[in-house]
Amino acid sequence: MLAWTIYFSFAAALALGCLPERRAAAARRLALLAALAGLAAAVAGALRVAPGTVAVLADAAWIPSLGIRYQLAADGLSVTLALLTGLAGVAGVLFSWNIERRTPEFFALYFALLGGVYGVFLSQDLFLLFVFYEIAIIPKYFLIAIWGSTRREYGAMKLALYSFAGSALVFAGMLILYVAAGARTMNLPELAAVDFPRGLQLWVFPLVFAGFGVLAGLWPFHTWAPTGHVAAPTAASMLLAGVVMKLGAYGCLRVAMGLMPLGLADWASPVLGLASWRELFALLAVAGIVYGALAALVQGDFKFVIGYSSVSHMGFVLLGLMTLQITGLSGAALQMFSHGIIAGLLFAVVGRMIYDRAHTRDLGALAGLQLGAALPFAAVSFTLAAAAAMGLPGFSGFVAELQVLVGAWRASPVLAVATGFGILAGVAYSIRVLQRAFFPGPAERAGNPPPAAPLVPAPITAPERLGAVLLITVSVAVGLFPQLLLRWIVPALHAPWFERLLQGGRL
Amino acid sequence: MSQLPWITILTLLPLLGGAAILLSGNEKTPWPRRLALGVCLGVLGLAVWMAAHFDGASAAPQFEERHDWIPALAVEYRAGVDGLSVLMVLLTALLAPMAVLASWGVSRRPPLYFALMLWLQAGLLGTFTALNFFHWFLYWELSLIPAFFLIRLWGGARRGEAATQFFVYTMAGSVTLLLAFLALFLATGKFDLLELAGLGRSGALAPALARELGWSEAAARGGMLVIFGGVLLGFAVKTPMMPFHSWLPLTYAEAPTGVTMLLTGALSKMGMYGFLRILLPIFPGQTRQALTPLLWLTVAGIVISAGAALAQRDLKRVFAWSSINHLGYCLLGTFVLLRPGGGLAQPELEQSAALAGVLLQMFNHGLTAALLFWFTGLLARRAGGRRDLEDFGGLRRVAPVFCGLMGIAIFSSLGLPGLNGFISEFLIFKGVFPLAPWAAAASLAGLLLTAIFLLNLLQKVFNGPLAERWRGFPDLTWGERLATAPAIALLLVIGVYPQLFLRLVNGAVAGFVNQLRF
Amino acid sequence: MNGAAYLELLGQVAPETVMVLTVLAVLAADALALRELSGPYRKLLLALIGSAGCLVAAGWLAGFPADANWLEGVFVSDALARGVKIGLLALTAATLLLAVETGPAEHPGEYAALVLLAALGMLFLVSSEDLLMIFVSLELTSLCLYALAGFDKACPRSAEAGLKYFLVGGVSAAFTLYGFSLLYGVSGGLRLEEVAAALRQSGGQPVFILALALAAIGFAFKVAAVPLQFWAPDVYQGAPAPSAALIASGSKVAGFFVFARILSAGFADTAIHREMVLLLALLAGASMILGNLAALVQSSVRRLLAYSAIAHAGYLLLGILAVPRAGLAALMYYALTYALAALGAFGVVALVERHTGGSSMTDFDGLRRRSPLLSLAMLVFMLSLAGIPPLAGFFGKFYVFATVLQTSGLGGLPLALVILALALSAVSLYYYLLVLKRIYVQPASPLASKPIPLSLSGALVLVLALLVVLLGCLPELLLRPLASGAAIH
Repeated sequence: MLAWTIYFSFAAALALGCLPERRAAAARRLALLAALAGLAAAVAGALRVAPGTVAVLADAAWIPSLGIRYQLAADGLSVTLALLTGLAGVAGVLFSWNIERRTPEFFALYFALLGGVYGVFLSQDLFLLFVFYEIAIIPKYFLIAIWGSTRREYGAMKLALYSFAGSALVFAGMLILYVAAGARTMNLPELAAVDFPRGLQLWVFPLVFAGFGVLAGLWPFHTWAPTGHVAAPTAASMLLAGVVMKLGAYGCLRVAMGLMPLGLADWASPVLGLASWRELFALLAVAGIVYGALAALVQGDFKFVIGYSSVSHMGFVLLGLMTLQITGLSGAALQMFSHGIIAGLLFAVVGRMIYDRAHTRDLGALAGLQLGAALPFAAVSFTLAAAAAMGLPGFSGFVAELQVLVGAWRASPVLAVATGFGILAGVAYSIRVLQRAFFPGPAERAGNPPPAAPLVPAPITAPERLGAVLLITVSVAVGLFPQLLLRWIVPALHAPWFERLLQGGRL
Repeated sequence: MSQLPWITILTLLPLLGGAAILLSGNEKTPWPRRLALGVCLGVLGLAVWMAAHFDGASAAPQFEERHDWIPALAVEYRAGVDGLSVLMVLLTALLAPMAVLASWGVSRRPPLYFALMLWLQAGLLGTFTALNFFHWFLYWELSLIPAFFLIRLWGGARRGEAATQFFVYTMAGSVTLLLAFLALFLATGKFDLLELAGLGRSGALAPALARELGWSEAAARGGMLVIFGGVLLGFAVKTPMMPFHSWLPLTYAEAPTGVTMLLTGALSKMGMYGFLRILLPIFPGQTRQALTPLLWLTVAGIVISAGAALAQRDLKRVFAWSSINHLGYCLLGTFVLLRPGGGLAQPELEQSAALAGVLLQMFNHGLTAALLFWFTGLLARRAGGRRDLEDFGGLRRVAPVFCGLMGIAIFSSLGLPGLNGFISEFLIFKGVFPLAPWAAAASLAGLLLTAIFLLNLLQKVFNGPLAERWRGFPDLTWGERLATAPAIALLLVIGVYPQLFLRLVNGAVAGFVNQLRF
Repeated sequence: MNGAAYLELLGQVAPETVMVLTVLAVLAADALALRELSGPYRKLLLALIGSAGCLVAAGWLAGFPADANWLEGVFVSDALARGVKIGLLALTAATLLLAVETGPAEHPGEYAALVLLAALGMLFLVSSEDLLMIFVSLELTSLCLYALAGFDKACPRSAEAGLKYFLVGGVSAAFTLYGFSLLYGVSGGLRLEEVAAALRQSGGQPVFILALALAAIGFAFKVAAVPLQFWAPDVYQGAPAPSAALIASGSKVAGFFVFARILSAGFADTAIHREMVLLLALLAGASMILGNLAALVQSSVRRLLAYSAIAHAGYLLLGILAVPRAGLAALMYYALTYALAALGAFGVVALVERHTGGSSMTDFDGLRRRSPLLSLAMLVFMLSLAGIPPLAGFFGKFYVFATVLQTSGLGGLPLALVILALALSAVSLYYYLLVLKRIYVQPASPLASKPIPLSLSGALVLVLALLVVLLGCLPELLLRPLASGAAIH
């Protein structure tokens, strides 16, 4: 059932691509239908995957002379992320309802991207995974370059090149592993069972991890993220922050760490006070958390704030990965889901509800518009999203960050405390934008006189409401009952696949 | 006792009530406020019923609910009321209708206002009843959001600054609190407050931490001190304890009256409650280590805040500083519990007195301070927003009822015998004097200063020559008299019959003091 | 040799014979019957005759496979060679069909005949393991291509391209010949096997290195690799589109095939293997770097494709490193799929030129609106050249790099080269995307906004695009014949 998510998406992309440009309404309906079908397939498929098992979805010879198979399978992690993709996909369509220019093409690219994302999460063959991974790059470029806003061509190109550079690293690592394993198989579990020499793992691991990390917003390779997010149209930002960044994190966990657990072991001698790649990447993750939050604190463009916040939140995922123990890893997985939902909502509010109506994202200019009163629904949605983003309990982000922090404590109390500082900065920027954009006081309004004609924004449409309610509901549901997802995630991390990782990680 | 999950109902009632108000959402009708008052009274009724069925002699949590929640994190839903929390639940239930009544005249978006008010109440009730860190923290944080918006949207001129300061300060405390608890979880695999307290008392936390992190015993003890510091910071900001108080005067001054009542009445008690429920039971050893500086800080807080109150001219700020001052007595009473009573024949007696005093003082201060802010709000509304000490004078002549009732509240705050404040402060000092004489002596300076600034206030506002423009100053309406009367009556009742509430806490006090003596 | 043997030889060289006959048929038909017809029909009929010849030849190769080795390597036929020949014939047919619309207006008969003759040269080139035969075939191909490059007499650029190509080609042919004669001189034989055997015995005399380096220079010219790459941009830009397409596709495939044979298959275990590898690595690295970096700043799509061709020559040279161990399958898969994409890209460029008047970047503005299908095809070609899955270019890269990494005994060199290649392919995405940005993102200029009708060439381009997708998704289709051929080889 889960495999159908991929087929639905690509079929939708094909069908939409064939639709003439003027059939915008039909394209929208078809897109919504396809997204819902994908979500339904994801949910129905997820329910069939018993926690702790790996469900094989498809298995066929593909390139037998090289030992490459078309093999799809789902464990708890795949299920979680496939569900996320389904939800983000539906929400993205709902928030793209107002795309009027080249609508069918927009949705065709949208679904090509979505299909690639589903594919990565469900691939059991490294080659196949990489194929899907790269498939996701090109639609992103066009979505941003054609339908984007601020400096769209620059943002799109930067994003494409960063992604591609990252995937070149992954490509190199994949080739090396394939050859080192005897060039007979690309099957992930089989590769994971190969005992690669420790020396090899120690230098291939950072290559692959950093390669995937580029897409996961690993500091200092994150710079594509803010510009890309800002330039992207709403739905693309939602997918970009919501699921595409998860591709990177998923690859880090599944491929880099899963195949090369010894890459995390200590070096022969410490360099600059660091003893292993694990420590280095944990440090970078924390740097991302803190830097992202601080950078978000000083942005003047609303969307840049959200863009940097994504970097900060993805830092939690990477930090969770580097804890190398069940709590931290499951926290990372949950944070992937949670951030996907929350970032989607944030971008939806900023890009769709605000920008499409006010035609500015400058926090100063927004302060003059009295959006809190003019668009109460947007204000409420953003407030909830901001509360979720700053990790208030009751929302999905809290449980995830909690688990990551527990893991971080074990790894290094200093990192945990630094992370706490990042959380605090996160609170500060959330409050700042909330006040400036929606509830400006006299101080904020002082330099920004209200426009001559008061803004009378179009009311929030039904699709927007639906999308926002969907995302908020999911975030709260997972926040209150994280067991919904943890029942899949935790057993999946106990699988033999990660066994060596958990053992190899103990400092 | 019935099997219904009363505590969950108690918490959910305002939560759902708030949602209902928001959804009914008509700005023009009086229904939002009526609905809000109805819900608050319902909660009050339920709380009183629970207090009536509460067995004050037992130290165990009652009305307990316990369910699995997140097995992966060993998180349970565990709620219950014991002697430490029963007065707080009552206080919250009592203050909420008062705050709603005080906000009857809110004109901007009343549905949202009252919904936020109810959610704030839900957060408070949840905090006071939770026995597992996870949802305790959930409610602890949940109460922040409505408070933030109440200040942000309905506050005074500097509301933006006030709301941000309030939020960021408290969040800073929350983050350290969270980090500290995660470290505890890491060491023990538990989030249950009572179980953690058991481990803390037996001194098992530091070895557990050492084992989990592979630290040396000494390093783990140092680590425990850091963790203790994190928890302490969280509560110290919330209470607030000097020197983490700087958010408070501005916030109290800028918040609308009803909100200030809840902030000072109940929200500040969250911090105090945290000291009693979490800090002392889980970290007795660490608290002892840091006891002397803590006592010094507390005493300094008492004296400095009283002095600062004396220097203020804005009535709301006067009462804000006075709040810090009064909570200082609570802190004093709490910290002396850990003083070694070596030279005393029966230190438990003194400790029991101090703890009972603290619990009662928390309730009393909540009630009194809320009333004071309410009266200040009424005064400011009548005076067109003025609430400067120097603006008034001789009001006694034109508004005798107002001045009489507010006078009772001020005297209660001042600790006049016969009123509630006297009982609790007396009990606290009865415990503090033998346990920490120097601290008690130094605090007396604070008591004195309190008397001075309160009397000064009485003098300047109520007595003296009546300014011309206040000649038409309206007295309290019958509605206002009716609304404030029950609370005033309660001040008197407790003043003469403190046993009414003290009997609720006896069991918990005895149990708490017993546990300190390991 | 007796009569029966000659008959057998005729059977073996039947495809080549068919091609010769086709050349004659084309010339005759044009001279005798088709002069009276209007331009398009005349060209169409000529192309059809030529394609039919290619089809028959390819069909013969596929239908009557027979291994042969005549005159000790003068004419060799094995499975791999036949596979490559089929590919070459397909590319030739596609070039002919492309020329119907976009070829030079004058002398279509001669043009078609030259294309077919060039193809004939390539067929012989693929089949020879004899130095002399290789040189002769090479020259046959090259001479035809010189003429094809300069065929458009009306266009000075075309003439310039032809001249440049000829001059550089002549010089490099001289190098090749000199190298070959040195090899002959020291080894006393013309067959590759003999030369290799002599090499093994000699233990790596410097003269061998000199000879092979000289020969390599000649081939570097053929495949547009550094240091003899500088003709490529001018020729790609100036030559008539189908000529450029043939130079970029068929000529390159044949060149690499024989290059690989000479340099690697022949001398794998010899003493100078290491020196040769270093030389190759140097050429490969320089080609990749120069091609990719220079392509970044091009404003003409043709020149961009030229530099991209240089870069791809670098990747392919890398593939040659792996030939001794992994065989020719990976290299040939890459070369053939690259040829498909390059041919297709030139097809699109030619069509755009025809309807817009130029092939600079700006001429592609808003192509999406003018011809969605051509745009889609260009998308496929560009992304395949950039190496994006699931297109053929990606799998080619994967396969080549994987085989390169498997070569042993070279230390860290293969790895370093692969990483360099991957890094540069990330760079290459930038300029391919620039073209696609013009097509999909920029609005069409008002001067050239007429839709481009779908024509025969357009359909051909689409078929090529489809092939690129198909071979990318199911590489096994091409891989199995190549791999089996390589295994036998």
